[in-house]
Amino acid sequence: MTNNDTSKSVFVAAIFAALAIYPFTGSEFGTDLVTTTMVFAIFALSLELLVGGTGLVCFGQAAFFGIGAYSAVLLSPQYDPGSVAILLPAAVLTAALYALFVGALSLRTKGVYFIMVTLAFAQMAYFVVHDTSLGGGTDGIYMTVKPTLGAIDLGDTQALYWVTYVLLIAVFVFLAVLSRSRFGRALAGIRVNEQRMRATGFSTYPYKLAAFTISGAIAGLGGFLFAVKDGAVNPELMSWHLSGSVLVMIILGGIGHLRGALIGAFAFVLLEELFKSEAIFGEFSKHWHLGLGMTIIASVALLPRGLVGLPGQWGQHLLGRATRRAEDMEVQNAKA
Amino acid sequence: MDFTIFLIQLLNSLQYGLLLFLVASGLTLIFGIMGVINLAHGSFYMIGGYMAFALAPIVAATFGGGFFSTLCVGLVLAVVLGYVLEWAFYSYLYEREHLQQVLMTYGLILVFEELRSLLVGDDVHGVKVPDLLAGSLPLGEVMTYPVYRLFISAVCVALALGMYFVFSRTRLGMMIRAGSTNREMVQSLGIDIKFLYRVVFAAGVAIAVLAGMVAAPVSSVYPGMGNQVLIICFVVVVIGGIGSIRGALVAALLIGLVDTFGKVLLPDAAGVLVYVLMALILLWKPDGLFKAG
Repeated sequence: MTNNDTSKSVFVAAIFAALAIYPFTGSEFGTDLVTTTMVFAIFALSLELLVGGTGLVCFGQAAFFGIGAYSAVLLSPQYDPGSVAILLPAAVLTAALYALFVGALSLRTKGVYFIMVTLAFAQMAYFVVHDTSLGGGTDGIYMTVKPTLGAIDLGDTQALYWVTYVLLIAVFVFLAVLSRSRFGRALAGIRVNEQRMRATGFSTYPYKLAAFTISGAIAGLGGFLFAVKDGAVNPELMSWHLSGSVLVMIILGGIGHLRGALIGAFAFVLLEELFKSEAIFGEFSKHWHLGLGMTIIASVALLPRGLVGLPGQWGQHLLGRATRRAEDMEVQNAKA
Repeated sequence: MDFTIFLIQLLNSLQYGLLLFLVASGLTLIFGIMGVINLAHGSFYMIGGYMAFALAPIVAATFGGGFFSTLCVGLVLAVVLGYVLEWAFYSYLYEREHLQQVLMTYGLILVFEELRSLLVGDDVHGVKVPDLLAGSLPLGEVMTYPVYRLFISAVCVALALGMYFVFSRTRLGMMIRAGSTNREMVQSLGIDIKFLYRVVFAAGVAIAVLAGMVAAPVSSVYPGMGNQVLIICFVVVVIGGIGSIRGALVAALLIGLVDTFGKVLLPDAAGVLVYVLMALILLWKPDGLFKAG
């Protein structure tokens, strides 16, 4: 392990340590907010596997998130607490199945087509829950009683925090191991040069399909947690605004790094809270999309490598200045 | 189904399809020529709709004109808007990855929607059909068909023919086509490619704005109207083949048919039908019906 790798691991460990301490110090509201953030971090990690790991830009990730959430609510018994041991795998499985279906079709296309096709399939799922009675139409449906796992009641803010925390670590570790495995290397190969991967004898389609399905399953897990936390689902969970937001998270954090998805999710949720805060923006907080939109545009212009790349960007800036100064000196010396 | 009702639905689907074609052609042009995937294209349609609503009283007060003066003023504003946007935002995106294009144009959508909400509010507004075109034509013995819808179709057909003419028959069209094939070569032949792109982009914006303005009396204007059109236009572009204007025309008409008749025959599944169509066509032809280049 190189020096750089160590600093990365220390950084990630510090994030998780901070998250482990937080509920003992923060308010109820804060704990709830951080739980939301961790759910979005899981969601962002699922997309990072596709975009950063495999080079597939999926613009319909919210569909899998939403399907996970809807299955959790639809499968819960109405008056008794459901069992996490049944609901969680069911939500993950349904999301994975839809991802398998969408992936099988959309992976026949490439580049911009893929972006548009995944978006269109997500819209399809959106219209199914929006227009039919299956998911309660535009109003959505409620989860009246939160599910339990043995003695743990997920209706409790603290309990949900810890379950989400453990699942976030599990997903993070799973993806970190995956990216170092033969499978993960093959995905990286596809990202860099799919033509060459095929030439070396890899049938790339099954690899991409597997990555797409796994990604859908993880998004479904995020959706499950979101439904349990909010106690309600509505079609907006599948809207392309959410697909866009999660893309913003990973790009803001920095594509190609798992920790980028973590940082991005936190930065995004905090930014959203900031622009929505009436204390700071007053009346104007109603129009929080404006601030968010401008931040997104600015981040594309100023942070091409995301927040993760910021130290490197600064380093290069300073380095560039130093070299320029050295060159100036040389020119002056030559003149003299 | 009665023959007259069938005819009315057929005309409706034709009008819807042609309107989709107008918006989608701008999308496919901007992608095909400049390689930019423009999510904010639906916002231009939305801006057009709201211009038809909000500009009308202003234009009436200054020029005393009606709907057609509003159209002209809106078009001029649209060209200016397109020109400025290209200069300020889009010209930076040509060399960037698709991912960053998606992100920046997504940010622009949020900004446009909020500006709309700040300037005009979040209410649904109707736009009056111009008096000249307010009548309807008799169709069969009892049915009638509004003249305005025929006018929309006529405008779309005229614009489609105009685009075809400019692209395949004029020197400007030749330069644009050459620019999409090899940017550097065209530049080294002494043609100002930057200016050319700016013109194409402004034209794309103007067409989308015009589509929104013309459609406003029929569809009324409401928040989120742009996004709905944008996603259907994605489907049109994917089915037709990216960069192909001919493909966009065929796909738009096809979607007009499926959507309109779907709503009549299978009202529960109408929202999904279009996407099912797309899935089927992708199974058969992953690159769309008419892939350009």
